[in-house]
Amino acid sequence: MLDFFKKFSKKKEPQEPKETKITAEPISRPVVIDNAKTAPLSDLQLESIRALAQNHFEPIQYLVASGQSVGQRRELNEDCLFTLTTCVAGNSGNPPFGLFIVADGMGGHQNGEVASNTAVRTVSNYVMKKIHNVLFSFPIEPLDESLQEILQGAVLEAQHAVMKEAPGSGTTVTAALVLGQQLTIAHVGDSRGYLLYNEHRMEAITRDHSLVRRLEELGQITAAEAAVHPQRNVLYRAVGQGDNMDADVITTPFPIGGYLLLCSDGLWGLVSDDEMSQMIYSAPTIQRACQDMVAAANAAGGPDNISVILVKLLG
Amino acid sequence: METQNINQPPESGNRTAGSDQLRPGTNLVNRYLIQEVIGIGGMGSVYRARDLHFPNVVKLVAIKEIINHAPDPLVRKTVVQNFEREANILATLSHPSIPRIYDYFTLENRSYLALEFINGRDLEVVLNQAQGFLSEEQVVGWAIQLCDVLSYLHNHKPDPIIFRDMKPSNVMVNQYNHIILVDFGIAKPFQTGQKGTMIGTEGYSPPEQYRGEASTQADIYALGATIHHLLTRRDPRLEPPFSFGERPIRKSNANISIEIETVVNTALQYDVENRFKTADDFKQALIGAARKTGMLNRINFSQPGGTGAVNVSGIKPVWVFQCEDEIRGTPLYLGGVIYTGCYDNNLYALNAANGEFQWKYATDGGVVSRPAAAEDTIYFGSEDKSLYAVSARTGKMIWTFPTEGRIRSSGRIADGHIFIGSDDRSLYAIKQSTGRKAWNYETSDEVRSTPFVVNDLIYFGTEGGELFCVDFHQQVKWRFKAKRGITSSPWVQDNVVYFSSMDCFMYALDAKTGWLLWRFRMGKASIVSPSIFNNTVITGSSDGNIYAVDTRNSKEIWHYKTGNQVNGSPIVYKDAVYVGSVDNNLYCIEVQSGRLRWKFETKGPITGTPCIYDDILYFGSTDHFIYALLT
Repeated sequence: MLDFFKKFSKKKEPQEPKETKITAEPISRPVVIDNAKTAPLSDLQLESIRALAQNHFEPIQYLVASGQSVGQRRELNEDCLFTLTTCVAGNSGNPPFGLFIVADGMGGHQNGEVASNTAVRTVSNYVMKKIHNVLFSFPIEPLDESLQEILQGAVLEAQHAVMKEAPGSGTTVTAALVLGQQLTIAHVGDSRGYLLYNEHRMEAITRDHSLVRRLEELGQITAAEAAVHPQRNVLYRAVGQGDNMDADVITTPFPIGGYLLLCSDGLWGLVSDDEMSQMIYSAPTIQRACQDMVAAANAAGGPDNISVILVKLLG
Repeated sequence: METQNINQPPESGNRTAGSDQLRPGTNLVNRYLIQEVIGIGGMGSVYRARDLHFPNVVKLVAIKEIINHAPDPLVRKTVVQNFEREANILATLSHPSIPRIYDYFTLENRSYLALEFINGRDLEVVLNQAQGFLSEEQVVGWAIQLCDVLSYLHNHKPDPIIFRDMKPSNVMVNQYNHIILVDFGIAKPFQTGQKGTMIGTEGYSPPEQYRGEASTQADIYALGATIHHLLTRRDPRLEPPFSFGERPIRKSNANISIEIETVVNTALQYDVENRFKTADDFKQALIGAARKTGMLNRINFSQPGGTGAVNVSGIKPVWVFQCEDEIRGTPLYLGGVIYTGCYDNNLYALNAANGEFQWKYATDGGVVSRPAAAEDTIYFGSEDKSLYAVSARTGKMIWTFPTEGRIRSSGRIADGHIFIGSDDRSLYAIKQSTGRKAWNYETSDEVRSTPFVVNDLIYFGTEGGELFCVDFHQQVKWRFKAKRGITSSPWVQDNVVYFSSMDCFMYALDAKTGWLLWRFRMGKASIVSPSIFNNTVITGSSDGNIYAVDTRNSKEIWHYKTGNQVNGSPIVYKDAVYVGSVDNNLYCIEVQSGRLRWKFETKGPITGTPCIYDDILYFGSTDHFIYALLT
């Protein structure tokens, strides 16, 4: 669809070469061409053509904003978030780099906040130590590990740190490392990462490690039942818990002009995916979008801490 | 350890079981002399004690302690009553696999059961202490006994007794290899609500138990989970809940028969209706499977097993063609003709339909690569160091281009040029029409990998372990260094470069920057060029395995072990992977499951890559033959 408009908007000259090909399929093709010539473009179509034209942004870079709230019913903030982006643009510049983390601590007493803070600091410290020389030294020192290995190692280190600093507690960790157009994300628990390709396409790129999610995936309970299930807070995997904590790590392309959204369940549990997508695309800026989403979760009762990070790739 | 996680809410996390334990020498109700702690559960400890009512003999009993933490006196009373009611039920049971209950009593906030002492170990300990897998006969033998005791409990009158907590640590095996079920869910009424507890699931319980439904079929599921754990050594408490369906037994332990796997799978169905109706049905199915397999004649994973695998002898080639020497290269299909190089120095052109000889073109060295084609011209390199362009129709030479080294790389055609590597350490760009050199890019090692060209960029590896990304003006965009040579040809898809290396890894790099996204370790070196199918990348290694790896999370989806090194590259056609092995066989493996569909044996190692056109598979073998098989 978009490709079609791209072609349409780029080639301003009349396109007579296409006419010669039509003879092969005389019945259906002319009708389509006719339509395309006469039908006026809708506002939505014009907008997406304009959006495409705006997409050429130099240098390619990440735009980031975040929002957080303790919520309406809790006194303590057990969430923790982290954002960092770099952009080195020049003749032999690096691709833009970013590291974004959301952690949601649990464990009853003050241990939850210790767990999430410990995890965020450990993961960011571990990743930056590994990446530092590649990003900032000259000449560039290549990595001897893969990005997936680095994130896997970072979460494992966080596991040890949480067990040491806040034994008995646990935390979710969703950490996204972006480099150029590659997004590598490590995930444990029920915070979420989403990619938004356009107003109509939003995809979760993490899978909740929660019991009800699992039951829902197996068709044992419905989404509605899951939302009110007494054990909806039960995770089967958390950083700081269990000997065999294995983070899900995937690498996937970051859509140019699209968004990465990371959030704790204080947001996604209260505000639907559609509502979040709508707020992101209707807000004038991404920082406003973050505020709107936090406000919506609070308006819905705000029973839990709320954290959100929104990242846009300009390029 | 896990049990503690599950049963102790964080609030009570500070209480260590040790601080509340009875000391050896403690005398309970003036009868049971505590000797030592033999187990720790979520609600208290289990002790070995001597029964002093038998002063002249040493009669040992197990004393199970349950500590009542409920703060409200009324709740405490209810808890004790429930405990006593259940103990009374247990006291009426009589079965060789259920420990006898001698006594129960309550002292302050603790309740005690005096049980038959079992001289043995629980199955979790047995599993942990075992080297490697437990034998199938052993586990099936225990499973049949467990079905027996479940059947006894489920047929209890007036109400069936549901065990609720089947797992290896609740099954003891004594010195006679008899199994005994311990821990009769008596602790259940003592458990405080899950409020505030947020981590941990049991791993053995079926989905419906989390809806608050417990039936006899919940025990059947949990027994299935227990058998699964014992056969695979994979603890379900450490896996996503209800993921048995994604972790077939034989994927972890290929020694297990498909019959037993099938029976256990039936017990592990998510939906109650699809499980065995009764424990007795389960037992009969186990016995049936055990009888069928003989339990002694192991069924090998790679043998025919219900997926329609065809025996070697069942496949008749459409045609074969004999050359004068080994065929190590890869055929090319173009316009009804198969073109293939041979160690006998020739490039052959054969009729793809019947294998009829069309023409051959003789060089001064073996032809080991894959020919490239464009506009009725065939381009190929030879061990005689030259690159040849010959007419596809007549086999007449159009031009030749000499390099300084043998050519093992295959040409790639793009933008009016043919890009090809040589053992003289250069990558060449040769004009397709004239055979003139546009440029050559010198590296420090032989270039045997076949370049990949996309978006005006050329990707290729060298024997020194470098992977280059070069543009059409010879500008290096980036380079990546593996620890050993890269003979494998890179494949670029969705902005990611995939290739294997002699350093035993398969790599995935960002195609724009060369940053390492992930790497996948194989058992030995690899010269295999990966092939991509949806989100799966297939490669092989000289460790003999064919690997399928998820392109997003770099995890192995399956591997298939052949009898010798895998040096040829796989291709994916429809839903199957086709790849040759040094064990002389060409394999057809289902891309989703990694199961063998068929294999075809030649008389020599297969080191080239097959080519498929219109459902017919063409490949050469070092036995001098070119084969055409129906896929």
